[in-house]
Amino acid sequence: MRMNDERLDRSVGIVLRTGVILAAALVLIGGIAFLVSQHQPVPDRHKFHPEATPFTIAGVWQGAIHLEPAYLILLGLLVLIATPIVRVITCLAGFALERDWLYATISLIVLTCLLGSIIASGL
Amino acid sequence: MLLFSSLVFLASAAAGFIGSLTGLGGGVVITPVLALLFHVDLRYAMGASLVSVIATSSGAASAYVREGFSNVRIGMLLEIATTCGAITGAIIAAHTPTTALSIIMGIVLLFSAYTSTRPHPDHEANRADPLARRLRLNGEYPSESGLKKYEVQGVKGGFSLMFGAGVTSGLLGIGSGALKVIAMDRLMRIPFKVSTATSNFMIGVTAAASAGVYLRRGWIVPDVTMPVMLGVLLGSLVGARLLSGAPVKALRYLFAAVVGVLAIEMIYGGITGRL
Repeated sequence: MRMNDERLDRSVGIVLRTGVILAAALVLIGGIAFLVSQHQPVPDRHKFHPEATPFTIAGVWQGAIHLEPAYLILLGLLVLIATPIVRVITCLAGFALERDWLYATISLIVLTCLLGSIIASGL
Repeated sequence: MLLFSSLVFLASAAAGFIGSLTGLGGGVVITPVLALLFHVDLRYAMGASLVSVIATSSGAASAYVREGFSNVRIGMLLEIATTCGAITGAIIAAHTPTTALSIIMGIVLLFSAYTSTRPHPDHEANRADPLARRLRLNGEYPSESGLKKYEVQGVKGGFSLMFGAGVTSGLLGIGSGALKVIAMDRLMRIPFKVSTATSNFMIGVTAAASAGVYLRRGWIVPDVTMPVMLGVLLGSLVGARLLSGAPVKALRYLFAAVVGVLAIEMIYGGITGRL
């Protein structure tokens, strides 16, 4: 039991670290490309433009495949947002392997809230 | 654009650096700095802040978890409350004028500045909440004298306050670390080190719960978020390395004073309708 908890802690640490490094790398590469290839007009961020960015996960993926700098950054941000979600999935799997059904259920509730918020927002 | 990105990057790195040194978190000052100094619209500022909060908390949590400070069970249980709260907060934020948001943010900042300067004495050994025993929340953590056991109290109260912390996080695009630590340290009587480490562990999940709403509404934009996220992440990593040996106490008062000034500016800006 204790040994398994420690192993779960270690897996969670690895998931978090990998997610952050991958996200930061994507944002950095996209960011450098974004600043170098500055041919599009600079967006005005002093005022809010609600309709300016109607984007979805599929849309970000499409842009990122075509190596568009802004979409590479956004892909990095999506990876970052997905990192805590993957962490919860890791905990869910870990608790299930420990046969700790109470905490597997609790993890499942948290995961449902997270995925529910993403799905309900229509991304 | 390059100048804007560089300046925002430097400001974010400084915020992340001092935030992690003082334990106040760099995220709390990102939004006011972007809104007040760089005149970025509050919603874009909140979006960038929310994302950077996920980055720093995940980065820090990966270390804490492996060192055995975070209590994954406590974190997981309370995340039910914080994620539900965060979704609620994000939905409320979408229907709240920015003037009101900036006033609320000012109040939360004042509160964070105040609590960060307060001492946090060690708790005496207490009788555990029976609910804590049933939920197996009691644990142990590494201290100078080996592994130290602790028992958890006030589970229901802590859980309720965590919902409030979640609402604040979703409403303002912050990590709500100060509120989370209060819930665990003061109400649930969890040792301070475990409270801060577990709070850090929870912040990423809490923020991710409102990120969907923020993204969909177009509050998270690549050009503003990129320098903020990279800056805060770099600053907080360097700050965490230097944690020992820095004059933390003096720095904490200084940072609290800065946060206090930003808070009053936010409230003033909200009342006069500038933000």
